[in-house]
Amino acid sequence: MIDISKRSEFDIEIKGTVGKPFVNNPKMSSRNCDVFYGDKQAIFDVNLDIANNEIIAMIGPSGCGKSTYLRVLNRMNDTIPICKVTGEHTLDGEDIYAKKQDPVLLRARVGMVFQKPNPFPKSIYDNVAYGARLHGLASNRAELDEVVESSLIKAGLFKEVKDDLNKPGTGLSGGQQQRLCIARAIAVDPEVILMDEPTSALDPIATALIEELMDELKENYTIAIVTHSMQQAARVSQRTAYFHLGKLVEVNETDKVFTNPEHQLTENYITGRFG
Amino acid sequence: MELGHHISQRYNEELEDIRSKVLQMGGMVELQAENAVKSLLNHDRPLAKEVASADHKINEMEMEIDEDCIRVIARRQPTARDLRLVIAVSKVITDLERIGDEAEKIALYSKKLAKKKTVIGMHSDLAHLSELVLTILHDSLDAFARMDPEQAVKILGSDTQVNMEFDNLSRLLITFMMEEPRHIKGALRVSWCARSLERIGEHAQNICEYVIFLVKGKDVRHTSLEHIRSKYFPQDLEDEEPEED
Repeated sequence: MIDISKRSEFDIEIKGTVGKPFVNNPKMSSRNCDVFYGDKQAIFDVNLDIANNEIIAMIGPSGCGKSTYLRVLNRMNDTIPICKVTGEHTLDGEDIYAKKQDPVLLRARVGMVFQKPNPFPKSIYDNVAYGARLHGLASNRAELDEVVESSLIKAGLFKEVKDDLNKPGTGLSGGQQQRLCIARAIAVDPEVILMDEPTSALDPIATALIEELMDELKENYTIAIVTHSMQQAARVSQRTAYFHLGKLVEVNETDKVFTNPEHQLTENYITGRFG
Repeated sequence: MELGHHISQRYNEELEDIRSKVLQMGGMVELQAENAVKSLLNHDRPLAKEVASADHKINEMEMEIDEDCIRVIARRQPTARDLRLVIAVSKVITDLERIGDEAEKIALYSKKLAKKKTVIGMHSDLAHLSELVLTILHDSLDAFARMDPEQAVKILGSDTQVNMEFDNLSRLLITFMMEEPRHIKGALRVSWCARSLERIGEHAQNICEYVIFLVKGKDVRHTSLEHIRSKYFPQDLEDEEPEED
């Protein structure tokens, strides 16, 4: 048994973020981000830029605030009454927490894919068409068909389901369901896709398909992924951000993080050490 | 640099096991080099035979450690310093194996040279070069064992000394061959031994480069010593400056 009170990581002080948290011309940007759940502070002064067309991976132990931070980026925390988000958060330089900002429109621009595939209890076609209909992205059936088809093609699912578009989305396998959710997110033509452990419920083959898909998607979208699999972060991302006890400890190129990280805590985490 | 403290105790053991096998292999190689030099300087044929017949043990050790490295990469997916350790080890053992080969070559030449004790004139120069190279080898292995990049960078500086000794000896041998054409065969053998010694020094310095890579995470191969020192060891330069004055 490991005595948690002796874990020396609690003795290592975190003074700001090391590495390169900022980029020129960021797609999304956060400054002085604090997040509270009631009295409890979950995130402490996070400053981070997300570049255009990059995949940034957020890693860290459970409860480090990485998912909470991801949810800040499309105001998913708005749905939690006790949650309070402070700081400045921008998308293309516009304040996403401004009063005039409609969170529904924001979430169309900043889509999200969750850990557990969560297709609507509707047909495959309707799952993908749902957002496009909601946001009026198609004026007739033919246009809607095109949106559905192109989204399914981009999500790498079209070939597998093209003859079953009217069958329920919930009847697909886990990996297919997750790609369906990605197709649904893509259908509203977002600019940023947030992924919260998108493959943790999938087998390695389905995971590889999603990772391959992410690599293709980054040509057109900006992707932020939270993952518990460090190998996944190493495989798919260009930059990696390490969170620890609610603080952003290090942001660096993924190659650097996995070969020669700057911060001791990052090194301890990625090498599987506790002190 | 710590190898342990993984949550997985087994992983600690695997890495420690690899490290101690490298040290063991280093010890074997050092002994081979020492014995080869001894056999050369003392015209000791039985010892030369012993060195030549022991090289296979080093080759086997290299293969065994490489297999361990592959296994750790496949099963543990090491990262950061663990990854650098595995990569550095895999490179260090290649150099160790080559040092073993050079020792074997020296032993084979010394077996032949022992029959004719003609090239005695070179004895002290050869002894000098051997001592220098064996010290470099010993210190490199020591730097690896203690994972000490400061010591490693110091050893990188001894390159010119070896080259100087080697050039000196070569000049002497050329003169000797011109004066005594009958002994050219023997003199060439001595020259090849000197060449092998010089190679051992080079391989030992490679090991030092891997020690710096392992600890500092910087690849310093094909980099000038001045650049390495000013970029990664500024502290050393400050310490040395007063001495130079």
